[in-house]
This record gives sequence, C-alpha cells and structure tokens, in this order.
Amino acid sequence: MAKKGGIAGIWSDDDKILEAAAKMRDAGYKKFDAITPFPVHGMEEAVGIKRSMIPWVTFVMGITGCAAGLGLQYWTSAVSWALNVGGKPFFSLPAFIPVTFETTVLFAALSSVIAMFALNGLPKVNPPILHPDLTSHKFALWVPETEAGYDADKIEKLLKELGAEEIKRVSEY
Amino acid sequence: MIMDRKPLVLGNKTYKDISDDICGPVEQPPGKEWFLMFFSAKALLLFYLISIGTVIATGMGLMGTTNPVNWGTDIVTFVFWIGIGHAGTLISAVLFLFRQKWRTSVARSAEAMTVFAVMTAGIFPLIHTGRPWLDFWLLPYPNQRGPLWVNFRSPLLWDVFAVSTYATVSIVFWYVGLVPDFATIRDRATGKIRKTIYGILSLGWRGHTRHWSHYEMVYMILAALATPLVLSVHTIVSFDFAVSNLPGWHTTIFPPYFVAGAIFSGFGMVITLLTLVRIGFPVFKDYITIDHMEVMNKIIMTTGMLVGYAYASEFFIAWYSGVPYEQYAFINRATGPYWWSYWIMVSCNVIIPQVFWFKAARRSIPIMFVVSIFVNIGMWFERFVITVTSLHRDFLPSSWGMYEWSIFDAAILFGSFGMFFTLFLLYLKGFPAISIAEVKPVLYVGKKKGGHHG
Repeated sequence: MAKKGGIAGIWSDDDKILEAAAKMRDAGYKKFDAITPFPVHGMEEAVGIKRSMIPWVTFVMGITGCAAGLGLQYWTSAVSWALNVGGKPFFSLPAFIPVTFETTVLFAALSSVIAMFALNGLPKVNPPILHPDLTSHKFALWVPETEAGYDADKIEKLLKELGAEEIKRVSEY
Repeated sequence: MIMDRKPLVLGNKTYKDISDDICGPVEQPPGKEWFLMFFSAKALLLFYLISIGTVIATGMGLMGTTNPVNWGTDIVTFVFWIGIGHAGTLISAVLFLFRQKWRTSVARSAEAMTVFAVMTAGIFPLIHTGRPWLDFWLLPYPNQRGPLWVNFRSPLLWDVFAVSTYATVSIVFWYVGLVPDFATIRDRATGKIRKTIYGILSLGWRGHTRHWSHYEMVYMILAALATPLVLSVHTIVSFDFAVSNLPGWHTTIFPPYFVAGAIFSGFGMVITLLTLVRIGFPVFKDYITIDHMEVMNKIIMTTGMLVGYAYASEFFIAWYSGVPYEQYAFINRATGPYWWSYWIMVSCNVIIPQVFWFKAARRSIPIMFVVSIFVNIGMWFERFVITVTSLHRDFLPSSWGMYEWSIFDAAILFGSFGMFFTLFLLYLKGFPAISIAEVKPVLYVGKKKGGHHG
C-alpha cells in the first residue's frame, strides 16, 4: 500500500469487530481491511478476502525443486563426470530420491515464505502505525482513501454506528 | 457425553494480560537465576570452544576413535542432538496439522530447541571430518578438479542435504511464527533502541487481515512441509548406518526406530527445558500448565515403549535371520564388553519412563524432571550402543578392537551443552518465549467468554 490516508475505527472486542466487518462488507465496501493482533477466526469471510494463492507458488516451486534436485544429480553423476561407484548405474534413481525430496521441500518452503512476504508488501521500513495496541489487544477496521466513493464523514458515522470506540483519521498510512 | 475441555490458559486473563505476561521477560532485566544459568552455560561454551580448537589444531588423534571403531563421540553426539530437534518440529508442525490446540503455548520454545539442537548437532560431523577447513567439499560446487562431484549415492551426502534443509526450514518456520510477536514488542517498546531492533525483526508487520490470510496459509504449508521433512531427516540419519553391511546396523527397522527414538529424546529435552522455564519465569506457569506437561509425559512413555519394542524386535530378527554374525552382534551388545552401555540404555529408555503410568508421577514436576534427564542420558547411550558396539566386533575376530574414550571426547560432549544452553537462555531473554498471537485465539478454550473484558 502506498502512503495514503484513510480512516479507522477501533474496537476492543473481537466478536463485535467481526460483526462490524461483515456489515461493512454488506454495505458495499471493497478495499477496507481489519487490523488485528492475531488472526481472528472468520475475519477473512467478514472482510471478503479470497483464499490465498500461495499454495500455487508452493506447488510450482516444489515441482521446480524436485526437477532441480534430480537434474543436478543426473547431470553430475551421469553427464558431467560419470564415475563408476561400486558398479552402480550412473543414473541410480533410488539412491537419488532422498536428495530430490529434500530439494523439493527446500524450494517449496522458502518460495512460499518469500511469496507471503512479497504479497504482503513486506519487509517495510518503519511503517506508520495507527495505534500501538493493535498488535496487542485492540482491533481496527481501516478504510483507505482509495475506496470507491470515499467520504470520511459518512464512514466515520458508519463506524460509530457499528460500535467503534475510537475513530482515527490519518493522512499517511 | 460431551467432555469439558480443560482451559489451555489458566487465570482470568485478558488479551492485554497475555501481551504483558509474555513480553515481560523481554522488557524487564533478567533475574539472578537467569544470570547464574547464563554465566554457567557461557563458561561451558568457552570450554567447548577451547576443546574444539584444540582438537582441530592438533588433529582427530585426540579423540577416542580407533580402528575398527572409526565412528565415535562425534557421530554419537551428532545423532543425539539431531534427534532432540525432532520433538520441536513434531510439536510445531505435526500437532498443528492435527489441530492440537495445546501445542500453542509450548510450540515456540520447542521450536527454539529444535533450531539450537540442530545447530549444535551440525558442528559434530564437521569436526569428525578431521579437516574442517575442507568441509565445503561436502557440497556439489563447480571446481577445478574436473569438476569432480560429490557421490550422490552415499547416505552421508544425503545427510548433508537432509540436515541443512531441516535447519533452514526450521529456522524459517520459527521466524515466520515470531514476526507478529516481534511487532507486538515493537509497538509496546518505550525506548528507541528496542523499537528499532524489534522493528527490524518484525519486518514492518501490522496485522492486516489480508496479511494474516497469506500468513496463515503459509504457516499451514510450512507445517505440511515440515512434517514429512522431520520424518525424512532421522530416516536419512538412520540410513548412514542401515545402508552399510555391518551386523547391528544393516536392519530395515532403523528408520522408524530412529524417528521414534528422536521424538522420545526430544520430548525428554522439552520437559527438561520447560520445567526450568517454569522455575525461571513463574508467570509462564499459567500458559505452560501441568496439563501440558502431562500430555508430553504421555508421549514420552509411548515413544519409550516404541523404542523398547524396536530393541526387542532387533533381537528377534537377529535370531530369526539365522545369520551368525548378526546374532553375535546382539548377544555381544547385551553381554559383551559394552554390556553396561546397553543396560543403561534399556533402563533409562524403557524401564524408567514406566513411572508415567501413574497420574501423580505424570503431574509431578520433580519426577518428570528426573525422568527427562534419564531419557536424555539413555538416548545418548542408545546411539553409543548402536555406533560403538556394532563397530568394535564385526566379522573377523582378528580385526576386533575397543573404543578408546579420551578426555577430549568428554570435553566435546559436555561442552556442546554449553553451546545449546547459552543459545536457549539468550532466546528466553530476547524473544517472546510463548507465541503471543497463537495463544490469544485459544484463550477461551475451556472457559466462558465475557464479563472480564471490554
């Protein structure tokens, strides 16, 4: 997210913010987000977020790791310098399975984590923070200026109706 | 009948209390106990570094390996530490996939134990090579000798890949879990230094639901990848032995037997560490409850009996195979010159954990602490029995010999605990030792929500 302003309502009960988020979604807001100290069960549906596409990254990179591991072993053992070790075939597939498995897992795991940080736009240097308690025991609904038909006063009213205990308007977030 | 679930977090806590409790040790100066333990561990670490330095500078001749016992303390202790790591991944990944919510409060420390145990383990094969400055030869890198490649048909090379992948994935898994908690500490920080350090560590995490969505997905994927990975690691470690033709090593039961033993020893170490954590940081007693300890003691007893079954099965198969060398290897284990190591192993691993049949023993901190120490000792001896007793008498009596344990074997074995405990104590001081973001969602398990917050 680029540094743009917006408005946030803050709650201290995760059940209440869950209801509020679902009502915001039903009221037609698309770009709003919840900020919570821990993953609140059901919040993804309430905010209207689609299932993460990271498993595809895992799958593709797992296949890549598998091919890379097996390919490395094939090329070094049978092509680059084919050495006869104990009369075994140059391409000893059963003996190559353990390393192939390890490279599959390594590629899949590291790429998934990198994909997660990339999709989340992290790492971010010193990002502005709405409220220090939002990583501890408070919960917020955040509507950015980029939301279609953004009207701060209207949103503030709605957030208050939904039970927000505190409203914050910021110009940079 | 619906059974009431026991609460996972004791006391009438709010979300804020959890943040306060868990961040406390990070934010306040540590107590006397911590300093005492830290300086003891650090002294042992310095002793360890001097011992390693002496062995590397002088040569492997200082260690007790002989011909025919070419694998000694280095390999025994390597397998010992790698095994310990397994319980951490089991708790953090396997129990996560099984939706075992009790894991949340012990997972962080168990994973830390995994990371430090694997780091401690990794040093041993590097010393064992004898010329550690050439250890990069273990990797398949393009070189000017042909290029001459590593032998991918060797289990020892599989081990290089297995252990380094395991170390990498464990560290990443641990770090991903830590990111939201680092953000909590960052936002609570009052001083500039702490805010900067934890700000960097948190990578700018702010807890958006869109981020949590990817985060939870990746956490599950890592758990799903770490589960077969942890099983593969000790399987491949067991291949180091099982793929050879030596009587006593060449058995198909080794992979499951090693994995069960690894989980067993790892839970032993988790109990040892967590009893100490509960003493050092009394506030954690509400999170790491006696119920948690009891569950782990049940796992210790179960896996202890699994390894007991493996010991018995090895004897049966040796007899049933009709191979005289195989039969002799096992008779020699139990009654030969190293009989004492075999019976230490059986007593510590099979007999002593049986006290956990009694509920009072499972829930007694002093008893479980003592049992966990015996489990650690027993599992070190298991690897000693496998490695040394098999090697010292193989086929030809003319090539039999004994292992010549030296003072440097003892120094390196005991010194490695200095490295492990130094790292663990630094972790307890610097990192949130319980996952803040994972404990909060299970706060109301077994309790009624409401009344005390809002």
